[in-house]
Amino acid sequence: MTVTTITDTQLAPKDYASDQEVRWCPGCGDYAILKAVQKACADMGLVRERTVFVSGIGCAARFPYYMSTYGFHTVHGRAPAIATGIKLANPELDVWVMTGDGDGLSIGGNHMLHVLRRNVDLNIILFNNEIYGLTKGQYSPTSRRGTRSPSTPQGSIENPVSACAFALGAGARFVARSIDTLQPHLISVLKRAHAHTGASFVEILQNCVVFNDAVFENITGKEVAADAQILVEHGKPLAFGKNKDKALRLKPGKLELEVAPPGPDTLVHDETNRPLAQLLAALEPPFPTAMGVLYCNPTASYEHDVYAQKGAAPGKGDLDALLTSERTWEVTE
Amino acid sequence: MVTSAISRGSGRETRDSVVIRFAGDSGDGMQVTGSQFTLETALAGSDFSTFPDFPAEIRAPTGTTFGVSAFQIHFGGGDVMTPGDAIDVLVAMNPAALTVEIEDLQVGGTIIVDTAAFTERNLSKAGYAKNPLEDDTLARYQVLKFDITKLTADAVKPHGLSSREAHLCRNMWALGLLLWMYGYERTASIEWLKKKFAKKPVIAEANVAALNAGHAFGETAEMTEHLVGYVVPKADVQPGRYRTVSGTEGLAWGLVAGKRAAGIEKLVFAGYPITPASALLHILANLRAYGVVTFQAEDEIAAAGAALGASYAGALGVTSSSGPGIALKTEMLGLAIATELPLIVIDSQRAGPSTGMPTKAEQSDLFQAVLGRNADAPLAVLAPVSTADCFDIAMEAVRIATKYMTPVMVLSDGYLAHAAEPWRIPREADLPQFPVTYRTDPEGFHPFLRDSETLARPWVKPGTPQLEHRIGGLERDYDSGHISYDADNHARMTKARADKIAGIANDIPLQTAALGNDKGKLAVVGWGSTFGAIHRAVQITRDEGRDVSHIHVRYLSPFPRNLGDLLKRFDRVLVPEMNNGQLVKLLRAEYLVPAESLPKVTGKPFRVTEIAQAIRSMV
Repeated sequence: MTVTTITDTQLAPKDYASDQEVRWCPGCGDYAILKAVQKACADMGLVRERTVFVSGIGCAARFPYYMSTYGFHTVHGRAPAIATGIKLANPELDVWVMTGDGDGLSIGGNHMLHVLRRNVDLNIILFNNEIYGLTKGQYSPTSRRGTRSPSTPQGSIENPVSACAFALGAGARFVARSIDTLQPHLISVLKRAHAHTGASFVEILQNCVVFNDAVFENITGKEVAADAQILVEHGKPLAFGKNKDKALRLKPGKLELEVAPPGPDTLVHDETNRPLAQLLAALEPPFPTAMGVLYCNPTASYEHDVYAQKGAAPGKGDLDALLTSERTWEVTE
Repeated sequence: MVTSAISRGSGRETRDSVVIRFAGDSGDGMQVTGSQFTLETALAGSDFSTFPDFPAEIRAPTGTTFGVSAFQIHFGGGDVMTPGDAIDVLVAMNPAALTVEIEDLQVGGTIIVDTAAFTERNLSKAGYAKNPLEDDTLARYQVLKFDITKLTADAVKPHGLSSREAHLCRNMWALGLLLWMYGYERTASIEWLKKKFAKKPVIAEANVAALNAGHAFGETAEMTEHLVGYVVPKADVQPGRYRTVSGTEGLAWGLVAGKRAAGIEKLVFAGYPITPASALLHILANLRAYGVVTFQAEDEIAAAGAALGASYAGALGVTSSSGPGIALKTEMLGLAIATELPLIVIDSQRAGPSTGMPTKAEQSDLFQAVLGRNADAPLAVLAPVSTADCFDIAMEAVRIATKYMTPVMVLSDGYLAHAAEPWRIPREADLPQFPVTYRTDPEGFHPFLRDSETLARPWVKPGTPQLEHRIGGLERDYDSGHISYDADNHARMTKARADKIAGIANDIPLQTAALGNDKGKLAVVGWGSTFGAIHRAVQITRDEGRDVSHIHVRYLSPFPRNLGDLLKRFDRVLVPEMNNGQLVKLLRAEYLVPAESLPKVTGKPFRVTEIAQAIRSMV
C-alpha cells in the first residue's frame, strides 16, 4: 500500500534531521545519501510520525539516528525481518530499511532474499561500498576479486555478488541503482522507490573514504562517467557517452547486450521487462554500469494480501465460543 | 455430576484407575485412537492424563521398532496427575509395538494383540526369533489374542473398501473393544468420524462399522476368561464446564486471552517450523478473527525479528520454537532486552543438545532461558506445571511482558505440548484484565523514561505525533535515551535492567508448598511438567508417615521473593528435573542451600516410583 504523504505544513529537508551529531568519517559518501534522503522526504512531504527507518549493523545502519522520524537500529542483517514485523502490525507505516553490502548481502542475505520474494512494502536502500567499514576494512561480498584487505592480504579470491542481479533473482519488483554523489538522480530514484507499492530495492554506490577510497572511480570519475554509466529511463533509448554516441543493442541471435552506435536496433528501456533488467543489472566494465530504475513492475504487497485474506484481523472474535468449540461437558455439584 | 446417560453393564469389576497404552505403527492411527478414547473417558466424567509418544519419522518403515507410535492414558475416579508409571492394558497392533512397550507392562497386566500382524516378516523386523504368542514368553501376562485384521475386514465388508482401506480401520475396532471394556459410550467418536470423513462418507461409515464391531465383540463374544468388563468411577472435580485441552492449545488460547486482557489490537505470531513447537503456529493461523496475524518466517532469527518488530509497532509480538531454534533467536532477545520491548517467547523443550531427540521431552533449556545470552541480559521466565496451566501461564506472560516492557520466556516441553487433560473452561468475563497504556503525551517524553514503580519504559506506537524517537542495540543514556558509551551510565543501565526484572518478584504470588508443610525434613522442588509425578510421590510418601513437602516453582526468573526463606526451613532439598541438574544449580547459586539433584534424561517423564524411592532414601 502506498502511504498518503500530504502534510499541511511543508517541511524542509532540515526538518527531517534529528538533533544528533552525525558521526560518519569526514568525506564519507553516507553524508550525501543522508542529504538526498532528507531532500526526498521533504519533496514528498513525508509525515514524520508515520515514517520509520529500520537498520541493521554497520556504518549505513547508523542512519536512523540522524533522522527526526521513528527509528530502530537493530541486529546485524536482520532489519528486513524486523521491518516485516512492523508492517504486519501496522501496514499504514512508511517503513525504510537502510542497509549495507555486508549487512544486506552477507549476514542478512537470507532475509533480503525473502523480504524481496514476499514483496513487503518497504523501501530498501543498500549502501554498497564494497567493504566492511565499521570493522576496519575487511573485504565484503561485493568486493571485487583481488581486493586486498586485512583479511585478504593476498587479495580476495571470491567472486562478488551483484546487488541488483541478486534482488532481481529474489523476485524484487522494483530494482534501481544510483550513486552517492549523483545528487539529482539519486533523489529522483529514491522518490520512485517510495512511490512503488511493494518491496523497492535501491543500490547506492557509496564511497568509503577510509577503507576503499575511489573504488568506484572507474564508474563515477568525472572524466569517465559519461562513458562508464548508462542512465536508463523508461521508454527512452539505451544510449550513453558524452554525446550519446553509444547505445546498447542485442547481439544478433543472442540474449546478450553489445555496444554499438545509436540506430534502429538500439534498445529502448522497458522497466517492466525483467530479462532486460537482468541484462542491465549484470553489466560491468568495460560495459557501462546501468543507473536508474532497472525494473519496476508493481503488484499487491505482502501485507496487503495478508489482510485481504478471509477473516483477517477484525479482532472481535468471541473467546468464549472459541474455548467451547469442541466437545465439552458440564460438571455440577 | 451430570453426563450423557451411560449404561454400564452390571457384573463389571470396579477399577479406581487404569493405564492403557495403545501402540502400533506410526501409520496405524494410535494417536487418534488414544485421543478418541480420552474424549469418551472425559465425557463419562473420569479424570485423566495422557502421554503421546511418537517417533520423529513421519512414516517409518512399517513393522519396525523405531516406527512404533504409542498413546498412553491414565484415567480414573481419583485425582489423576500423571500418565501412569506402569501399564495395565497394552494394545499392541504388531510385534514391534509389543517388544518396544512390554517393559512398562505390569506383571499380570493385559495384552491385546492383533494375531494377523504376527507374521514371520513382522516378527523378524521386531527381533523375535519365535512367535511370542505361541510360547511362554508372555506367561506373566493375560494375553487376549484376536484376529483384529479379519474381524475389521468382516465388519467393513459391506462398504466395499479396498483391503488397504479396510486395514486402516483396525484402530477403530480396537477402540470399540476398549470402550466396551470400560463401559464408555461411542457417541463422540462416531460424531468425530463423521466430521473427519465428511467428504468420504463411505470411509466414515466403514470406520463407524469397525468401531461398533469392536464394541459388539466385547458385548456378545463368548467371554474368554480374561475379557472382562470394568467400571471406573467418576472423578470428584470442581463444578463447571470442561473440555480436554493440550498444552499447545492452552498456550494459543491463553495468548489470545492475554492480548484481549491487555487491550492490544493485534497479536503477531512469527514462527519457523520445528518439532514439537509447530503446532502453536498451526492453531494460531486459524484465529484470524481474534486479531491474530501469523507469519511463517524464513528462519528462527527472522521469526524473532518479526515478532520484535511487531511489538515495536505496538502489537503483541510472539515467537516460538524448541531449544535449537531458541538458540538462534538469542541475539534478538538481547535486542528486545536492550530496547525494552515486550516479547513472548515460547520454548517447547526437547531432548538435546543439537538436534537431539526432537519428539522426546526434556527440561534442559532452563539455563538457556535464564542465562543463555551474551552480557548481562535478564528476562522473565515462566513454566506451566500442567497442560491445564498453559492457558494461565500464557496470560501471565502477556501481563508481565507488557507491564514491564520485557521479553518473557515460557518453558513448555514436548510432553506438555501434546499431552491432554480435562480443563475447566474459564469465561472471558471472569479473566483478569491488565490493559496497557501507550504513551501519547509529548510533554517531558523520552523513550527510556522509567515508571517509578515497575521501572518499565513507555510503549510508544510509531504513528504517534511528536513522539518520534530512535532506539537500538547501542547502549543509551539513562536520562535522554541517546547513544551513550559513558562508563557510569552503562553501569547504571545494567543495574536498571536487572532491577526491573528482579522487581517482578513483588508482583507475583509468594511461593507456597503445593503439598505438605512449609518447613520440615525434606522439600522436593520441581518446575514445569514434572508436577504430577512429584506431587503423587510426595502424597504417597507422606501417607507412609514421612516428613516431606512438594514445592513447585512456576516463576523461574525472577524467583518468588520468599523462595529462599522457604527452602531454608527444610533440612534437605531434592530437585527432580528432566535435565542433568539445572534448577538445582540455580537454587544453590541464588540461596546457598544444599539442594540435591535427581536428574532424569531419558526423554520420558518421571515415574512416580522413581521420585518416591529417592524420597524414601532421604527421609
